[in-house]
Amino acid sequence: MARDLLIALRHRSDVLTTFFFFVIVVSLYPLGVGPERETLREIAPGVIWVAALLAAMLSLARMFGTDYADGTLEQLALTPQPLVVLVIAKVAAHWLTTGLPLVLVAPVLGLQFDLPADSLATLSWSLLIGTPVLSLLGSVGASLTLGVRGGAALTSLLVLPLYVPVLIFGAGAVAATVTGSGAHGHLTVLGAMLMIALVFAPWASAAALRISLE
Amino acid sequence: MHWGSAAEFLAMGGYALYVWGSYLVTALVICVEVAVLVRRGRTLRARAGRIAGPGSD
Amino acid sequence: MSINWFKYASPQSFYPLAGRMVPWFMVPAAVLGLIGLYIGFFVAPTDSQQGEAYRIIFIHVPAAWMSMFIYMVVAFWAGLGLAFNTRLSSMMAHALAPTGALMTFVALWTGSLWGRPTWGTWWVWDARLTSELILLFLYIGYMSLAAAIDDPRRADKASAVLALVGVVNVPIIYFSVQWWNTLHQGASVSISRAPSMAATMLIGMLVMVFAFWAYSIGVALIRVRLLIMERERNSAWLRETEGV
Repeated sequence: MARDLLIALRHRSDVLTTFFFFVIVVSLYPLGVGPERETLREIAPGVIWVAALLAAMLSLARMFGTDYADGTLEQLALTPQPLVVLVIAKVAAHWLTTGLPLVLVAPVLGLQFDLPADSLATLSWSLLIGTPVLSLLGSVGASLTLGVRGGAALTSLLVLPLYVPVLIFGAGAVAATVTGSGAHGHLTVLGAMLMIALVFAPWASAAALRISLE
Repeated sequence: MHWGSAAEFLAMGGYALYVWGSYLVTALVICVEVAVLVRRGRTLRARAGRIAGPGSD
Repeated sequence: MSINWFKYASPQSFYPLAGRMVPWFMVPAAVLGLIGLYIGFFVAPTDSQQGEAYRIIFIHVPAAWMSMFIYMVVAFWAGLGLAFNTRLSSMMAHALAPTGALMTFVALWTGSLWGRPTWGTWWVWDARLTSELILLFLYIGYMSLAAAIDDPRRADKASAVLALVGVVNVPIIYFSVQWWNTLHQGASVSISRAPSMAATMLIGMLVMVFAFWAYSIGVALIRVRLLIMERERNSAWLRETEGV
């Protein structure tokens, strides 16, 4: 994992591109939709969360792609270290470089949408719990499509049905806070998703990697 | 049987668009699915015939 | 009744068996379909609340149930193929998937047409509809992945992993229906009206369910034979059977 982070730091442009994409996409909405506060507050959870999804999907190819292309992945697979550990490391690196920045910058972006403070808090919490799920589920899609034609579009297609529930509960949590009905239920479900993803996804991704590397 | 006439049956109490829209699309889906399979089967068998045909084992 | 099931685990021996089985499913499917439609249109009474619009139920519910059921069966066969490396199991999964996807589409389409006159809208983002839409995406993803990979073995295994991951997703999606009820009271409309249905309506619906079930199996058997033909086209036994 340290190695992945090091590479990420060196290829800072990749990481920052995704980050700025997220920021720009989110910031475009107030411009496009108009400054009507009520509207902005209503669309904010969805907009920010969809942008988070897109950012995650865009960067999935990088998770295993570069290592697969230059053969490093096969070498890593041959080491005595279980593949699951490798997957977890990759997922962690992916999240630290794509998910975490989003979590940190989201409150600032939320202000653009005139979200009240408690909604901003919910937004951060929902993203904090949700973005690791996106990374975990994304790893499954990325590992299945290694070197397959159709690449990023196919990966996104595969990963989309898995992402939708995360989106629903993540955005729903914030929307619930905005309307005052409380996000506790949504966040709990998100937490459950995180638990399930933590248990299943690395194992599925490792299996998929083995299949892809054959 | 509670349809007074064929016209009544087709009208479906005013819901004709929805009811027949559903049934016709479903029938279409079934027909297309079967037709595609039949055509695929014919192509494959023709191809196999050509391979095995002149001068086979 | 000691049938050696493993005898039919090879594509070569299953091929003729499947061919014999097809009419045993397609004919009952057609017959049951006709009976079900007759009951649905000529025996079942008009609904007091929805008028004639409710008659969509005779397609909508069977299609929806099949869409779910077929997915589980796809995951089952795909998983079997993945675990035991049996080609035929994976082929069975690939054979079922398109039918499942079409059932999902029919369920969504008829549901939308049913919702328009009864709910006043073509679509609503309630848990049940959204989860059915997700199911369609899962099918499409499964089929796309299998189609995108050239090596059949890798395609079988990769798509199997995807199908299984999707299965994990499905209980989550359906579990969310309960959560939805607690979080958004009254937002979700209960489509299941079986307990309060008139007997003839229920019978008609069940007959259609069996019709759809038989049809799905029949079509899947036809398709798996085609898959066997495509994959085994270079083998002598197939050329002998179909070639000359």
